[in-house]
Amino acid sequence: MKSQHAAPFILAIRRDLLLAARHKTEIVTALFFFVIVVNLLPLGIGPDADLLRKIAPGALWIGALLATLLGLQRLFAPDHADGTLEQMALSPQSFTLLVAGKIVAHWLVSGLPVVLIAPVLGLQFDLPGRSLGLLMLSLLLGTPILSLIGAVGAALTLGVRGGGALLSLLILPLYIPALIFGAGAVEADLAGLGAEGHLSLLGAVLVVSLFFAPWASTLALRVALE
Amino acid sequence: MLSVTQLTCQRGERVLFQDLHFELPDAHWLQIAGANGAGKTSLLRILAGLTEPVQGTVLWNGVDIGAERSLWHRDLLYVGHQGALKEELNPQENLLFSLGLEGFESSPAAIRNALQQLGLHGREHLPVRYLSAGQRRRVLLSRLLLRPARLWILDEPYTALDVHASQVLTHQIEAHLQQGGSVILTSHQSIPLSGGSCLTL
Repeated sequence: MKSQHAAPFILAIRRDLLLAARHKTEIVTALFFFVIVVNLLPLGIGPDADLLRKIAPGALWIGALLATLLGLQRLFAPDHADGTLEQMALSPQSFTLLVAGKIVAHWLVSGLPVVLIAPVLGLQFDLPGRSLGLLMLSLLLGTPILSLIGAVGAALTLGVRGGGALLSLLILPLYIPALIFGAGAVEADLAGLGAEGHLSLLGAVLVVSLFFAPWASTLALRVALE
Repeated sequence: MLSVTQLTCQRGERVLFQDLHFELPDAHWLQIAGANGAGKTSLLRILAGLTEPVQGTVLWNGVDIGAERSLWHRDLLYVGHQGALKEELNPQENLLFSLGLEGFESSPAAIRNALQQLGLHGREHLPVRYLSAGQRRRVLLSRLLLRPARLWILDEPYTALDVHASQVLTHQIEAHLQQGGSVILTSHQSIPLSGGSCLTL
């Protein structure tokens, strides 16, 4: 028996992916939620192609926000309830690294499918091909931010009665920068302006949250475990 | 050696215990007794480093457990009230992941062997959801065989175990003590082991 450093991080991801594979309904529910929310808008607004194209980036991004929110509560709650989180905190390995693994797994399960299906939904809004690619790119940079910031909220509201509503109130305002730069990138491209500025800012938000979110989540989890 | 000085635990307004002193040398075991709600589990959680005490220090080989958390947790094996078992996974997967997350690699053969010793032969591939309370405890206790540690902290290890499994557990504790390890456990029963001390909260 020997100890390794990267192995526990990979194992934390593998473990959550395996658990997700045994709970397929949860993944499918979040994804369908995304599809339905985004689909409701064209139905409600009517077949005005210009208008639809204009609201498409915002609609898809808001759909992605809400879909991420749906699964966030389950990020730490089951592990907290059955004591796994306690064991992780007692691991000689870095707790932060294990929490980071859980966040990565959450993104793979809830963020990545949204990125992959977004262009199909974008077609319904009559988005041109180049904007579809840009939409995917903005979501690829943006959905990890949603998982990372969401993890902090999920950790803070762990064990709080009615934590779900509180989590939304806490997290949705923090998603505003990602929403503005993410949707803004596609909108800027549609308007014929460059999207680089928005994408750079989105990347900057990603880097900052990559740096702080696992650490902040770990601190909040330690408090929740006391 | 574990030394505890002037430990005070407070839950909300209530002081559960204060000015607790004790030492646990290597190759010794300690039973913590007390009525329900006396603070047994709270004490164990403080010792493990999950909860900060209001006052007092816990030293492991002379070093504060908060100062060298990773070293402390390498030497410590904590089996708590809650199972830390995933209902959707089978015992083998559960153990593989829980050992792996602690940085210990173990082969499926070793895990099968440990499960067999605890009488779970033929149930390695059954999701934990289908196991009884006693069988779940056995899965947990097979960690004692698989994960090397100097000090075991066991919260109510004898709960839900039948006569045979209790004997196996007692043998495991004996073997651990013989190898120079130490054990802290809570129990409402008397422990059929010699040479231990008892702390009543």
